Amino acid sequence: MSLTVDNLRVYYRTLRGDVRALDGVTFRVEDGEIMGIAGESGCGKTTLGKSLIRLDGRMRYIEGKVQIDGVDLPIADTGAMDAFRYRSVSIIPQQAMSALNPIRKIGRMIEELLDSRGVSYDETKPELSRRLRLVGLDDGVLDRFPIELSGGMKQRVVLVLSTLLDPSLLIADELTSALDVSTQKAVAEMLVEFRDRSFVKSTLVITHDLSILYQIADTILVMYAGKLVEKGPSSELTAEPRHPYTQLLLGSLPEVGVRFNERRLTGIAGRPPSLLDPPTGCRFRDRCPLAFAKCSEEPPFVEVEPGRFAACWKASD
Amino acid sequence: MLRVKDVSKVYKTGMFGGSEFTAVSGVSFDVEPGEVVSLIGESGSGKTTVGKMILRLTGVTSGSITFGGVEVSALRKSQLRGYYAQVQGVFQDPFSSYNPVFKADRVFELIRGNYLRGMSRSEWNGKVRRSLEDVGLEPADVLGKYPHQLSGGQLQRLLIARALLLDIQFLVADEIISMLDASTRIDVLNLLGDLKARGLGILFVTHDLSLGNYISDKTIILRRGRIVEMGATEKVFGDPRHAYTRMLLSSVPQFGHKWEKLEDLDLSESDAASADMRPGVLDEGAAGDLLEVDRDHFVATG
Amino acid sequence: MAVEPRVQTESTGTAEVTIVAPEVAPPHRKRNEILYFAFRNRKLVIGLSFVLFFLLLAIVGPWLTDAGPFEFGFPTGQPPSSAHWLGTTAPGQDVYAQFVYGLRSSFIVGALAGIIAAAIAMVVGFAGGYFGGVFDELLSMLTNVVLVIPTLAVLIIVAAYLKVGSLTSEAILIGVTSWPWAARAIRAQTFSLGARDFVSLARLSGQRSWAVIAKEIAPNMSSYLFLAFILLFGGAILAAATLDFLGLGPSQVMSLGLMMNTAISSAALQLGYWWWFIPPGIGITAIVGGLYVMNVGLDEVFNPKLRET
Repeated sequence: MSLTVDNLRVYYRTLRGDVRALDGVTFRVEDGEIMGIAGESGCGKTTLGKSLIRLDGRMRYIEGKVQIDGVDLPIADTGAMDAFRYRSVSIIPQQAMSALNPIRKIGRMIEELLDSRGVSYDETKPELSRRLRLVGLDDGVLDRFPIELSGGMKQRVVLVLSTLLDPSLLIADELTSALDVSTQKAVAEMLVEFRDRSFVKSTLVITHDLSILYQIADTILVMYAGKLVEKGPSSELTAEPRHPYTQLLLGSLPEVGVRFNERRLTGIAGRPPSLLDPPTGCRFRDRCPLAFAKCSEEPPFVEVEPGRFAACWKASD
Repeated sequence: MLRVKDVSKVYKTGMFGGSEFTAVSGVSFDVEPGEVVSLIGESGSGKTTVGKMILRLTGVTSGSITFGGVEVSALRKSQLRGYYAQVQGVFQDPFSSYNPVFKADRVFELIRGNYLRGMSRSEWNGKVRRSLEDVGLEPADVLGKYPHQLSGGQLQRLLIARALLLDIQFLVADEIISMLDASTRIDVLNLLGDLKARGLGILFVTHDLSLGNYISDKTIILRRGRIVEMGATEKVFGDPRHAYTRMLLSSVPQFGHKWEKLEDLDLSESDAASADMRPGVLDEGAAGDLLEVDRDHFVATG
Repeated sequence: MAVEPRVQTESTGTAEVTIVAPEVAPPHRKRNEILYFAFRNRKLVIGLSFVLFFLLLAIVGPWLTDAGPFEFGFPTGQPPSSAHWLGTTAPGQDVYAQFVYGLRSSFIVGALAGIIAAAIAMVVGFAGGYFGGVFDELLSMLTNVVLVIPTLAVLIIVAAYLKVGSLTSEAILIGVTSWPWAARAIRAQTFSLGARDFVSLARLSGQRSWAVIAKEIAPNMSSYLFLAFILLFGGAILAAATLDFLGLGPSQVMSLGLMMNTAISSAALQLGYWWWFIPPGIGITAIVGGLYVMNVGLDEVFNPKLRET
């Protein structure tokens, strides 16, 4: 399975004009790859995730092509996407565990969901039970209401549910953000486990947390202000980032072992540009310590080294 | 300066208050001037409750909290004003901390109206400017604006500036940067470090161990309302003795260092399963008394 | 500075989660935005038109006639004509005069009773919602008791015994019995607003409790309070008309209900004097109906999620 995204542009309609949330992204995900999509709030990563499955009515598809295994995904058409949702492309949206129907028992909810997709609950149940056990839950969970489960348990239920039909592509949006650090580790490791067991072919892990991505993702894609700024294998990217934004971002993260009185870290001054009327040229220009004259021309997202991509005029130096 | 001694908080739940829920149990610690103490715990650990009790936003069920020798939980409503001139708090959600109907700097006006009414306008404006400079904000950028026109980082800093207007001695910072973007977090954290250098005592409540390690002098690890380990930060992080602390540290994702398998850490089954793995019932036998295992390093038995 | 769509980071307890929120305008812009949507909302416009029409009639109408509402001496039982726009009653009074003076009474009673009920509801609702504890339990009990009493039955009994003599006493009676539902709604809202951090911060700034309620909580509920008042107003007009119709309202003051009462007891139905009982009926229906429709429209205007656009 491979996913190719070609020059995807998705804007949001508002009273004041279009917000250019996703402004021309192109990349490829290979079979079995776990790709992390990282960035801060407003960078477009959630828009990217949702646009691949077309779930948000406020989104306006502008242009671009998305293909899974060479087949066009009809992301401009909500109705046509229905055939692909849940079967080939599945999403775990943000705060999914809070979105479980509070007045339905888990088992009943799963049954209704499968029915709506034309899948027999009874036939799927043995596999469902197997997977629940795999993530450390048992069938008893099916008889409980969401409120009876802890955050970690709910997130694991959601994980099993979203991957029940073995989708080719799983999009996980901030899967671990609301969890305690120990559960976070367990759930993140489950994502890898699911890939290893081929329940899911490829995964897009959307998060602001680069350190989690270092742990579980094969590749990391960094986004800023609606554009891609860097891509590369996780260990290389985090050890030697090529784009100034990535460098500054990594430099601002406190790690266990770094202390204030020994080494004072710094953040990135300023704020991301408005996406209603973004500036021309490189969008990171105003905050970049390396900015120079050429940055008024938008740098293309190119391969600066085998397997390493960056959108910066200085990256290939 | 701040002494928390054997404090517990029990909530009555259920119909007619039939059952009980213990949020905090037997917590004791001190904070000295110029000291940052991290209170680290996962959800349900009771860390926010401790902060609220210190700020008198909720009552203490048993135990004592003294500030400068004065018993905080015994203060009458009329005395609270004086207390708040010395002790303030900043909370997690910058957008929830401001009344959306008003401009952001109204939070300063509230302070003026209740504490500094006699001050002349020009003197007040000067004081506000100094406070804003202390927190690294340009007055022109933040005054006269509505909350949604400012960023999370600016809003949090504005709240710290507000606290500084009162010349406070102690600040409760409850998860103040967890909702900020990574690039601005460190700036607010550094600000806390600067304030500490000026003699402010800070209780830094967080779930994030790396933040606690970065900024604090002392660390307290809280689990289900009880302290399991406590002491100088380098000792707690460098030589974690309690299984829970070790489990937490091993779960923190770090660069250049992949997660270890649990088997390598010599943890028992029940410790490996964190509070979040099993819902509900508070484990009564969770932690015993604190033993001093080293100078300035205490670990709970059990 | 351009207002950007607010990108909001939300927490669910321990860590950061990002969502993109739709456009949020500053309060002053919001007022314009509200007016913009207000004029485009059909329900609001229609409802308001009805109410304003009758209000205008209530104010100006009496100036257009020399006849008093209780004045006798006109030709009896006349259908509408140029001399008497709405005809005359069986004993010879001018229906138009009765109608416009009656409208005045309705609005006065409605406004007065609405204000009384709103005041009680706010005190009870805010106090219970903010302070909680035993105090709240007591207030809730009070609210529930008054809520459960069949208001109309009580009004009828009390009115029959106390002989309501003036509009003011009628308004007080209605106001004192119609507040419970509003109190409960205000209490619920106060609960949820009171848990927000800006309320804690206000307390940490040394603000007294009532100041917190009046300056922090109430402004955030202003649209809801406005809606509640409109409903109380409409409900009061209806209740007054009912009392008057049953002959339990003030008999020396002309009201629409009294008109209908007299009309029915004078066999206007059988006599076919439609001009006597239909106008007051239409008047009540149109005003109260208009208020309720306005209310639905206003709800849509205030709450962006309900808008039809």
